[in-house]
Amino acid sequence: MEQLPKWVDLVIVPLVGLILAFFLSMLMVLVTGHDPMEALSLMISGALGSTYGWGYTLYYATNFIFTGLAVAVAFHASLFNIGGEGQAALGGLGVALICLFIPWPHWSIALLAAIAFAGLFGAMWALIPAYLQAKRGSHIVITTIMFNFIAASLLNYVIVNKLRPSGSMDPATGKFPEVTHLPSLGDILNAVGIPFSKGTPANVTLIVALLACVFVYYLIWRTRLGYQLRAFGKSQPAAVYAGISPIKITIVTMMISGALAGLMAINNVMGEAERLILGSVEGAGFIGIAVALMGRSHPVGILFSALLFGALYQGGAELGLWTSIPRELVIVIQALVILFTGALDNMVRLMVAKVLLRPKKAEA
Amino acid sequence: MTVMNKFLGAAATMALSAGVASADPAIIFDLGGKFDKSFNEAAFNGATRWAEESGAKFAEVELQSDAQREQALRRFAEKGFNPIVMAGFAFGNALGEVAGDYPDTSFVIIDMVVDAPNVRSVVFNEHEGSYLVGYMAAKASKTNTVGFIGGMDIPLIRKFACGYAQGAKAANADATVISNMTGTTGAAWNDPVKGGELTRAQISQGADVVYAAAGGTGLGVLQTAADEGILSIGVDSNQNHLHPGKVLTSMMKRVDNAVYNAMKDGPGLTTGFNVMGLANEGVGYSMDDNNASLVSDELKTEVDAVAAQIIAGDVAVHDYMSDETCPALTF
Repeated sequence: MEQLPKWVDLVIVPLVGLILAFFLSMLMVLVTGHDPMEALSLMISGALGSTYGWGYTLYYATNFIFTGLAVAVAFHASLFNIGGEGQAALGGLGVALICLFIPWPHWSIALLAAIAFAGLFGAMWALIPAYLQAKRGSHIVITTIMFNFIAASLLNYVIVNKLRPSGSMDPATGKFPEVTHLPSLGDILNAVGIPFSKGTPANVTLIVALLACVFVYYLIWRTRLGYQLRAFGKSQPAAVYAGISPIKITIVTMMISGALAGLMAINNVMGEAERLILGSVEGAGFIGIAVALMGRSHPVGILFSALLFGALYQGGAELGLWTSIPRELVIVIQALVILFTGALDNMVRLMVAKVLLRPKKAEA
Repeated sequence: MTVMNKFLGAAATMALSAGVASADPAIIFDLGGKFDKSFNEAAFNGATRWAEESGAKFAEVELQSDAQREQALRRFAEKGFNPIVMAGFAFGNALGEVAGDYPDTSFVIIDMVVDAPNVRSVVFNEHEGSYLVGYMAAKASKTNTVGFIGGMDIPLIRKFACGYAQGAKAANADATVISNMTGTTGAAWNDPVKGGELTRAQISQGADVVYAAAGGTGLGVLQTAADEGILSIGVDSNQNHLHPGKVLTSMMKRVDNAVYNAMKDGPGLTTGFNVMGLANEGVGYSMDDNNASLVSDELKTEVDAVAAQIIAGDVAVHDYMSDETCPALTF
């Protein structure tokens, strides 16, 4: 089969998938008796039409960048890490512990410590499945997903029995001290003279996320470890023949992946909620899989697909606020986008290939 | 880009201005969703009743994520909705942050106390209502054993259990009260299968009346109780009709009245601490055709007398949340 040009594969295929998903979604909206054009314009303007919308879109996108990168790094080594949910939850625990129990002089130092601890906790949570895969051959898909449940139970125990202030009904820790509160994106941009809505949860973690994108790019394509990781991902026997240790690569890759997922906690736990709530990850670990698939496991692609999913989340919230479209339908719309851009990617690619490659054959 | 922004902005204004008048009330449902046949649904019914009677409209939203609590509050406040009602204690934190930023908007929170000049905090004396149904349960029990199944293990639900146990012991000093909680997370509100399992476990321990204060989980409790031929007690809404002749009564927590009153009072409603107890019909037990055969006239008179004593202050029902202890039950 002829290869599609790279730009078609990277830009046109996801775009066509997206348009198909939106077309079907709007059909669903129409069937349930609502105005699809109104819904569409409300979603787009709600997510991208104001700095307020952008604030929320970027907040969600920050979560998805971290989990997307986490999945992508593991993908490059042919490891499927679906434990982002649990790793991010553990990252949250790390952030909560250092914020609650250590008196920090300034938020910037607390942020650096939070990066270290969120990463460490996430990495340690990924280490156990990685070890089991490397040494015992237990399949990483099974173990990582099981570790999501263990993480949920562990957090349940720690939050409800140990960290919950007495008399409080919420399964959540107490509020973090004032000094650990991260500046919001509104604060930062207003300080440099760019007007931006202040009441949104997007915060300085966005910059950490962008740095993480750069880090992953260098790691995968510019370091020896990245080369070994990709070689291992392409062919394990060839990698072993070249002297690459499969045990080392599996463990190191999964720990980096887990650390990236754990970093997400800086955004939602330290930046937004400013306390650790039970179930704070809210599915971002799984969305990360779709984000990595759609972004072709490349940091730039992940950045854009994370933005798309962030916009879908925020647009969906606006739909819920201002229309009587039930929230289940909003989830259906999000699911269709995941389906078309992630799972049915190949179907769209074949369709695009047929249209684009036919004229060439006719000439030949 | 600017042209695009203008277009999107215009589209947004058009979409938002359609059908939204100023000073309409708004209601925010918790993550459980508005059709949970219990707490949220009661709130929804109250809002619907107000809308039907007044012919006006209200805005509503069902949350999908925790980050949306503050978002929904701010968005409704900014668009001029007033008053804004929220159903559930989980809003306490978000409302505490938001209320001060919108001094002209009235907020109403149910099941939680938020101390701000523009917030009405509605709390219920669930222990009083639970006391009454506990009294009835012990009278109806032939095995002298009654059960309690709570949803999430939080002080509020222990308050239900504690009132229930006190009522049961008051009716029959020898009564045994078995208490179980479904879980420690939000999922415990919506686990009817586990509710059914707990009911079977309590039946095997001799319980022949079970009281469910567990949101959607309670549906499984009521179902299992009906299947196994024992009596059950519903909660929040009147659930007698779910299994006619099998549900002894329901502990009515009139969340619908709280929402209805808030919307009726409108912008500038009286704020502060609002306790809904037996005296102002905030809680009570339900009687209708479905349970008429289960509750004798004598028992009804007796229970009404107890209710009158509680209102008059002759019978003091201990509130678990006041000191986190319960004289009649250990957790």
